[in-house]
Amino acid sequence: MGKTISEKIFSAHAGRDVSAGEIVIIEPDSIMAQDGTAPLAIRAFREMGGTIPKYPERISFVIDHNAPSPSRAVSNLHGTMRGFCEGNDIRLYESGEGICHQIMVESGRAFPGGLVIGADSHTCTYGALNCFSTGVGSTDLAAAMLSGQLWFLCPETLKVRFEGKVRECVYAKDLALAMVMKIGADGASYLALEITGEAINEMNIDGRLTISNMAVEVGAKTGLMLADGKTLDFLEGRTERHFEAVFPDDEAHYVGEVLIDCSEISPMVACPHRVDNVVPVEEIDEIKIHQGLIGTCTNGRYSDIKVAADILKGKKIASGVRLIIAPASREVFSLALRQGLIDILVDAGACIVPPGCACCVGTHQGVPDDGENVISTANRNFKGRMGNPEAFIYLASPATVAASCLTGKITDPRQFL
Amino acid sequence: MVLRGKAHKFGDDINTDYIISGRYKFKTLDMDELARHVMEDIDPEFHSRLKPGDFVVAGKNFGCGSSREQAPLALKHAGVAGVIAKSFARIYFRNSINNGLLSLICDTEEIQDGDLLEVNPTLGIVRDITRGIELKSKEIPPIMMEILNEGGLIPYMRKNMSFK
Repeated sequence: MGKTISEKIFSAHAGRDVSAGEIVIIEPDSIMAQDGTAPLAIRAFREMGGTIPKYPERISFVIDHNAPSPSRAVSNLHGTMRGFCEGNDIRLYESGEGICHQIMVESGRAFPGGLVIGADSHTCTYGALNCFSTGVGSTDLAAAMLSGQLWFLCPETLKVRFEGKVRECVYAKDLALAMVMKIGADGASYLALEITGEAINEMNIDGRLTISNMAVEVGAKTGLMLADGKTLDFLEGRTERHFEAVFPDDEAHYVGEVLIDCSEISPMVACPHRVDNVVPVEEIDEIKIHQGLIGTCTNGRYSDIKVAADILKGKKIASGVRLIIAPASREVFSLALRQGLIDILVDAGACIVPPGCACCVGTHQGVPDDGENVISTANRNFKGRMGNPEAFIYLASPATVAASCLTGKITDPRQFL
Repeated sequence: MVLRGKAHKFGDDINTDYIISGRYKFKTLDMDELARHVMEDIDPEFHSRLKPGDFVVAGKNFGCGSSREQAPLALKHAGVAGVIAKSFARIYFRNSINNGLLSLICDTEEIQDGDLLEVNPTLGIVRDITRGIELKSKEIPPIMMEILNEGGLIPYMRKNMSFK
């Protein structure tokens, strides 16, 4: 019988034929933790009797959730990470270098056919590069640092196909929200996704990462895509690793197929407090906006900042609105600076914060007030997510966020075409 | 061994942000401190109502969202004896087993808030004394059973130093 991408990647790592449903003990190619999960992983590693990690060169730690540190308590946790990395020759990415998931793809630590674990649920993002990547907790991560291995259940696969032509002013985020709406918050639990279709082929790597990033919002283990010329171009000069793209067999077994017709998709908005509470922007009544956020591991990449800058160029955001921009990485920030995008955003009234997760995850850098509405490019709108359970979070594309900040209410970006 | 405790009933899709909010979990590794804020954003009174040995009973997809292991740890440190749900999100489920927190998958529809439960973890049986019903939980993979029987992944790794 034919194999899915997941079955092939698991087979290659196990050195034997593996099918969905089997449990395997295999070695990940890369292991990642961020400052919300690494301190607990270090503690678990020591409690396991660990002294030195099996493959320190495969590990990376990233300070991004509270970056730079907002408090003494957090600084102490960062200090623990720094000490552990220094003592064990582990690569530490410091405050300002970027969001862990952007760093993993920029640094070539995720690659086609690879197997990556990260102590962060959005590790599924690198599926866009044809890499089986999935989130784990701190104790699993500690066990993997110690032994170099981890147990996995080889997942069944759900196919997601984006067909039809994407309409103007509709972006990867809108397709991702349409996917979440169609599948539901737990519709793909324990499954791998294979995401294909004309719209994906035509999309750039930034957009593909946006869609794979949201695989976990339907419960999926990872959101795999095929590698093509764009994937190889993106990885050029980023990794010296030998890798081979993995394609599914024609007769591979899938638990089902979800078809999404892009020609029917409008700019989409996920309303509070559920990611699958998605409606087309034109169906939203007048909702006043107090804060906008463009950034996060979903939509903080160069293309996202470019779309926002194109809409905001020469204009001012509405009075009473705060617009926070958090580039996904130093590389993204630097490119946006050199291209003049940051000037445009600052002139429009935006507040630029360092590359990182803080605002999205509610640690600092933009906690909303009670009763406020936020429109954000993030992937989660759970109550309390941005640090205040009395605030309301709407999720949308960078274009919709930029348009909404101009008018002060949730706005269809097609008005600014 | 049979565990007895009251059911605290929640709905579907209880995410890890609700179990322990990001505004607390990034600040400390002190789980007793985090335990005081468990479930705070959806049920501010939960921690004061909870008695050690009680059970959290939920619908489908319990623990969805972030990979934060502080979620099962906060429940455990708050005194929750176990979570019984229709289904669990996968990262949370691994995390709870890895920390030795009992997690049973069964149809919780009939269980009501405040019911008295008797749970036999070895047999995977949940008895709702109040309603006089008995539920059988779904089996979990053998490797998870081994980890749970060792008391979690830390003691498992201390003993084996690798996966068997």
